[in-house]
Amino acid sequence: MSTRTNDAVLPYDEVVARFDPVLGLEVHVELGTATKMFCGCPTEFGAPPNTQVCPVCLGLPGSLPAVNEVAVESAIRIGLALNCSIAEWCRFARKNYFYPDMPKNFQTSQYDEPIAFDGWLDVDVETDEGMRTFRVGIERAHMEEDTGKTSHQGGATGRIHGADYSLVDYNRAGIPLIEIVTKPVEGTGKYAPQVAKAYVASLREILRGLGVSDVKMEQGSLRCDANVSLRPSPDAPLGTRTETKNVNSLRSIERAVRYEMTRQAAILDAGGRVTQETRHWHEDTGITTSGREKSDAEDYRYFPEPDLVPIAPSREWVERLRASLPENPHVHRARLQAGWGISDFDMASVVNAGAVEVVEATIAAGADQAAARKWWLGELLRIANERGAELEDLPITPVEVARVEALVADGALNDKLARQVIEGVLAGEGDPDQVVAARGLAVVSDDGPLLAAIDDALGAQPDVAEKIRGGKVAAAGAIVGAVMKATRGQADAARVRELLLERLGVSDQA
Amino acid sequence: MGDLTRLTAAETAAAVASGETSAVEVARAHLDRIAAVDDRVHAFLHVDADGALAAAAAVDDARAAGRALSPLAGVPLALKDVLTQTGVPTTCGSRILEGWRPPYDATVTARLKAAGVVILGKTNMDEFAMGSSTEHSAYGPTHNPWDLDRIPGGSGGGSAAAVAAFEAPLAIGTDTGGSIRQPAAVTGTVGVKPTYGGVSRYGLVALASSLDQAGPCSRTVLDAALLHAVIGGHDPMDSTSLDVPVPDVVAAARRADVRGLRIGVVRELGGEGYQAGVRQRFDEAVELLTGLGAEVVEVSAPHFPYALAAYYLILPSECSSNLAKFDGVRFGLRVGEDVGDPSIEQVMGRTRAAGFGAEATRRIMLGTYALSAGYYDAYYGQAQKVRTLIQRDFAAAFEQADVLISPTAPTTAFRLGEKLDDPLAMYLNDVATIPANLAGTPGMSLPVGLAPEDGLPVGMQIMAPAMADDRLYNVGAALEAALLDTWGRPILEGAPAL
Repeated sequence: MSTRTNDAVLPYDEVVARFDPVLGLEVHVELGTATKMFCGCPTEFGAPPNTQVCPVCLGLPGSLPAVNEVAVESAIRIGLALNCSIAEWCRFARKNYFYPDMPKNFQTSQYDEPIAFDGWLDVDVETDEGMRTFRVGIERAHMEEDTGKTSHQGGATGRIHGADYSLVDYNRAGIPLIEIVTKPVEGTGKYAPQVAKAYVASLREILRGLGVSDVKMEQGSLRCDANVSLRPSPDAPLGTRTETKNVNSLRSIERAVRYEMTRQAAILDAGGRVTQETRHWHEDTGITTSGREKSDAEDYRYFPEPDLVPIAPSREWVERLRASLPENPHVHRARLQAGWGISDFDMASVVNAGAVEVVEATIAAGADQAAARKWWLGELLRIANERGAELEDLPITPVEVARVEALVADGALNDKLARQVIEGVLAGEGDPDQVVAARGLAVVSDDGPLLAAIDDALGAQPDVAEKIRGGKVAAAGAIVGAVMKATRGQADAARVRELLLERLGVSDQA
Repeated sequence: MGDLTRLTAAETAAAVASGETSAVEVARAHLDRIAAVDDRVHAFLHVDADGALAAAAAVDDARAAGRALSPLAGVPLALKDVLTQTGVPTTCGSRILEGWRPPYDATVTARLKAAGVVILGKTNMDEFAMGSSTEHSAYGPTHNPWDLDRIPGGSGGGSAAAVAAFEAPLAIGTDTGGSIRQPAAVTGTVGVKPTYGGVSRYGLVALASSLDQAGPCSRTVLDAALLHAVIGGHDPMDSTSLDVPVPDVVAAARRADVRGLRIGVVRELGGEGYQAGVRQRFDEAVELLTGLGAEVVEVSAPHFPYALAAYYLILPSECSSNLAKFDGVRFGLRVGEDVGDPSIEQVMGRTRAAGFGAEATRRIMLGTYALSAGYYDAYYGQAQKVRTLIQRDFAAAFEQADVLISPTAPTTAFRLGEKLDDPLAMYLNDVATIPANLAGTPGMSLPVGLAPEDGLPVGMQIMAPAMADDRLYNVGAALEAALLDTWGRPILEGAPAL
């Protein structure tokens, strides 16, 4: 797909010096209920197209919706976890518009009577002055149904225009969604991109903690639309916003917000006006391109859904659900941080990488906290970023990471070999022990072959050998390196060094 | 036995149960009758002879095996073409659903099948139940068996005509603003709109979700009650279905005793605009009720005159959304996909332009407008307030009376084509029936005689509070018995031979 564009951008420092950004984040969460929002069809991801459908979710004439009680319960729990008020009485509404992947040509959603409203979520962001908590206001959380999925076949772009034909899979149609909408997020200044990312990361953590969704961004079970606008100063009225869609990872949220800020700033700087529109984020090129223009006049002709009766959650039920909420992630994180004994900065790194759960699980599987953080925030985060994936979506489990670390601690692997093991696990070659066996990656622990390799290396570099004998212990690195190379990294570098110095009769005083 | 098509449903069921006749013989007699008269009446859009005979044979087998039969086992029935039946064409009287065979049974259909009712076929109707004459069917009008040049009412003209023409002793209709009751009135049959939520709407192709209700059509009050008992009751597939026991309508129809009951004549539903013969027969029936020991009082429902206007905002609004799914993408008609290189929007547009008739198009446009931003409060919002006022009118009136009565329709059957070009005149046919739909309360129409000036049937409407459907049957059956005494024979025996 071509994403060429001539959009000018202003350098970020200049943007934040001259403009005040305001964010609005809309997050759609697919609930992990066993059945759909309004019918009994299963919700399992990845089934063959149009196999999880019935007259209701296909919108066949005569069919009627019936509300999934578990979805309502999940919506209330989400609302409570986001410090929202829960409506005593609310209704569904029809949002009318024609689109082929929407079976009824209206979406059953909620309009002016959301089930949860007026809450907040605190998110931590590392700033120049240290960790700072930003409070993101929650406007509302409401229930709705997902649409089907259209794929456009043929044509150059994969988009609807120019396609030869389109296929629609209705398996997703009717899967329960919760849409969580923030109030305008103001006062973030230059930290707007980080706040956006931290908000989604925290939200995801809460949702996972509630067990209401698998919140996988790349599978679309958590989708974020980022509204961004700029104004000359915090006192000025809100500027024209754009809504960026297709933001499918935490990293993309930060990048997309940042890009939109620089793009809009260039327009405003040139005396132009920002067009209110939907924009598409392109992960590969790191830019947004124009989608359809969206005006406030877009008329969905909302009206109360006459096929469903109002929902009136009893106060007793709501209080029962409140009492059974899991620990707030903010509190949970504070407890973890204290337990691990790490700094605010280090903890923020874990949180911002979306690594809290995987690190916690790796420690639970036996690794020490430093090692667990090292692997997830180092090698694995690098790979995840390369792949544009989330840490938890990498095909390696915390238990496997803990096993790799155990092998390192035992001396069976060194760091370099450990990275190869991880690479093998990610490539689907099996668990760490299987990869070690299959690739023959054990550290060479028998001194015989090592001594032979040392002798070879010393023979090849007599000048270096001389230097070491002369007391320049630092020069030993060259020989150790040569030995490691000769053993294809399977030696324990520390042991090689030990043997080398012994061989040369030099004591290690360096 | 004599002519099996002349039996009531109760008599038919008894004859099948006793072995006096078989369900297959009964089905054959009705299929023969349909073959003989329906080219002139055109009550049916689709006759499912094979399905009917198979269902009848199953009843006979069950009886032969000694299994208990349900009270309507083996009784033929005509199903309005707005309810789904697995594998049987369901068009709603529209081109846009031509050829669609639903993959599922409506709850009503499923309950009929489970009760051993023999479904003969699908009956004609105004397109998507929009109309009062059946002339808005895409498949041509149904003719009134009393006078083939006249309308059978609508939208359920096919169901009422099938019953009036002895093509079936029972039919299912649906009533959004009078589509069961007004056809019953103009064909000399009985029709009941149950309490909203009393009969599942699952599988009833929606016109206006908050108003639609399926109900029985028959030639006697008892038959309607028997059918009501089969199709009524809670259904988890319909969220608006009431989770309460169905009132014992059959017992009420058998009780037929109005002594001490307070019967309220609604002042606003009568007088000016009502045909003289309609008023005369209605007044006579009121006297008859008084003679039976009822206390007749006049009640006022001051907001009823606004019902029609509110109805024609609420109905089009809901219908504009309900009919959006007919777009040629997943089922039914698809038009113009090979002309030029059309976009999906163009194919949807062409399909809907070709598939919907004038009345459907008119109401979709009205509703789309009424729901538009900036107009919603003035139209839909205001209409909902009127709806609340009408509900309060009913509540106040039921303080003074146990049931309310009025003429069902202002006139007897008019001529085909007479009002086709005047939608407002057509809409006025439902002026007396619409309030009950807006309030969700039940109503029955039953024949109270022939208008002296044209010799055509006149219907009286009985209305009761929500979930007091049994009162309709009690009062209706009492009046029916008294009228039968007066006439000496059922009203339909006086209809001209077809």
